[in-house]
Amino acid sequence: MAAVRDETATARTIVLDVPQWPGHLAGQHVDVRLTAADGYSTERSYSIASAPADGEADPPVVELTVQRLPDGEVSPYLTQTLAVGYPLELRGPVGGWFVWDPDGPASTRPVLLVAGGSGVVPLMAMIRERAAAGSRAPFKLIYSVRDPGTLLYADELARREQAGDGLEVTYVYTRTAPPGSSQPTGRINTATLASAGWPPDRSPAVFVCGPTGFVEAVANLLVRAGHGAGGIKTERFGPSGGKP
Amino acid sequence: MGIVSPGFSGRRRSADERLPPGQYLVNDFPVLSAGPTPRVDTGKWEFRITTETGQTHRWDWAAFRALPAEEPTVDIHCVTKWSKFATHWRGVSLDTLLADVETSAGFVTARSYGGYTTNLPLADLVDGQAWVAYDYEGEPLEAEHGGPARLLVPHLYFWKSAKWLQGIDLADHDTPGFWESLGYHNYGDPWREQRYWGD
Repeated sequence: MAAVRDETATARTIVLDVPQWPGHLAGQHVDVRLTAADGYSTERSYSIASAPADGEADPPVVELTVQRLPDGEVSPYLTQTLAVGYPLELRGPVGGWFVWDPDGPASTRPVLLVAGGSGVVPLMAMIRERAAAGSRAPFKLIYSVRDPGTLLYADELARREQAGDGLEVTYVYTRTAPPGSSQPTGRINTATLASAGWPPDRSPAVFVCGPTGFVEAVANLLVRAGHGAGGIKTERFGPSGGKP
Repeated sequence: MGIVSPGFSGRRRSADERLPPGQYLVNDFPVLSAGPTPRVDTGKWEFRITTETGQTHRWDWAAFRALPAEEPTVDIHCVTKWSKFATHWRGVSLDTLLADVETSAGFVTARSYGGYTTNLPLADLVDGQAWVAYDYEGEPLEAEHGGPARLLVPHLYFWKSAKWLQGIDLADHDTPGFWESLGYHNYGDPWREQRYWGD
């Protein structure tokens, strides 16, 4: 591990030097394996947060943002114990479905990203890749969090949105809105998707990532609003902490 | 042994011979799907087996539910590392569904409502190894877990147990399915940790 950034009270970005990184697409994940001195080992999957461009730098850099789970086995180690200079065993990149490629066949198609909590991580890789590649594909992110304190990448998202080059971000707070905000709290609903997303006739590429219940609800709303199921890619994680 | 992670001891664990390498045990039932959950009305549901010569065998929901059922209790293993022990299902054995099907095919593509596909050797679907399941833990299988009916092939990683099953196509040649074309292993044996291409 080369560096670390605290993102919130319970989430941390770990910056890894990976000398032989083969490159990745935005949205892919890695498998992390931890091994104890007695040989016991366990693995979990984590989304890559950094843009593919960082993986092509010299030396290649891969960033993971890890949300600490109260009863987790791996996330407490990655967010509390792992220190700069420690080795980490990775496998990847993995997954060829939930990806956005600025050079792909539909690279100018509008993109809708819908994040629930730490489900924003692979979507952030797409936002970063869009900027790194100079893509003109218009992006909209709808980002649902419990309260402002659990927002990941708050400053960076604000800065990227202010650049005014085609990224729009809408925040949805389920429990507590920011102080002074007149925005009501609640879940993403049909009206949110209609006002902050794209109409179905724009045929957006849609990526939804978050806890199972969140993804299930959002994907159903999108289909009911007339979006084709074939244009909606989902990635879910369960309460047990496994990413899909 | 892999690279030792300084300061990592891991959860206290008893050696469990039921847990394949790299897996951890869960008590809930996570969901893994590539897209929105298809809603399939049992009034329009049909299950179809197509042989390599193009012969088809069809069952509507009533005919399918009239077939003899079995109640397997099995451990399931997802490629995303979770395993779940002693899950209870009710469904129809593939041996029953294939009883009157004449075939010399070696391979199967399972097809789902919604377009998902997965491929398996036919040998892995017969001899009491696979079912088309419609109840889970005594309740009708929920759509997000693959209802009305899903394939259940517990000895392979669970993506092989296609949700929202619509049919199986028998073929002389093996054709990689959805995840198998996207970097996941063609066969998927959890005991040999066949997760990805090259494993």
